[in-house]
Amino acid sequence: MGPPAPRRSAPLPLTQLQRALLDRFQRDFPLVARPFAAMAKAVGASEAEVIVALAELREAGALARVGATLAPNRAGASTLAAMAVPSERLEEVADLVSAFPEVNHNYEREHRFNLWFVVTAESRTRIEEVLATIEARSGLPVLDLPLVRPFKLDLGFPLPWS
Amino acid sequence: MKNVTLDPIDRQILLASQDGLPLSITPFAVLARALGLEQAELLARLRRLQERGIVRRVAAVPNHFRLGFVANAMTVWDVDDAHARRLGRTVGALSFVSHCYLRPRRLPVWPYNLFAMVHGKSREETEGQRAAIAALLGDACRASDVLYSVRILKKTGFRLRPQDPEAKDEPCSG
Repeated sequence: MGPPAPRRSAPLPLTQLQRALLDRFQRDFPLVARPFAAMAKAVGASEAEVIVALAELREAGALARVGATLAPNRAGASTLAAMAVPSERLEEVADLVSAFPEVNHNYEREHRFNLWFVVTAESRTRIEEVLATIEARSGLPVLDLPLVRPFKLDLGFPLPWS
Repeated sequence: MKNVTLDPIDRQILLASQDGLPLSITPFAVLARALGLEQAELLARLRRLQERGIVRRVAAVPNHFRLGFVANAMTVWDVDDAHARRLGRTVGALSFVSHCYLRPRRLPVWPYNLFAMVHGKSREETEGQRAAIAALLGDACRASDVLYSVRILKKTGFRLRPQDPEAKDEPCSG
């Protein structure tokens, strides 16, 4: 679980190197023995500078992780779920939802449906169990919105820095 | 998309890397050692997982909030089913849309079938993006809404539980 994002944190000042790393490696991280050396070569820095720059980004909470992202529904099943939670119960219900290891994203959104989360499990059956358990424990209905068709899945996108 | 079965070693590799790679000079060697594998085998398996489409990307994954992209909006649209696939492809091709997909409606409470995520440094910026999507959809769109994210309550990589049996062949559903 990544560090919680404050509601209105000041944007983090980034070095040119950090921007270049985020711009170039939101996909296609080099799958080689010394990936940071390969990244360094691509951005004109040293291997040590790249590792330090990434470590600082991670420390500051600006880098969720360097790693693999699984495609949905290839090695299991997933769904997007939503709940309309009375505001005075939001913390309680959010904690109940986040406690499931099958929940990997959980967001508060400005809407009557104010809690949105992604459930990933080895099977559709398990997803239905998780959603039913959340409904039973919270006493609130859950919208189950499984993917019908993807047109674009996050492959990184250009960060409009300025 | 067809569901696939993971062999036990692939599964271990995914489990071990789910929280991200160590920031060491040789991160894959560290991972391989922990799993009792040769580094070459681990790298070959990761490449294969990516080719098979099981791993979507290996990447530096930013936290947009922390970088100042504080206006993160899930735009949702009720688009005529007859045109939804064509229009979904068009919206998905916009550079400022990071995710775009069709999901089922849940009437009467949820009439929207097309989802597009947009990100900006201000709501003014994301409202402009939303207007651009509305213009593309035109008359095929009957209603729309926008859900700004207030805060991230939990965000982790994919989760495979160590005790899980191998992924079973379940129909694609989620």
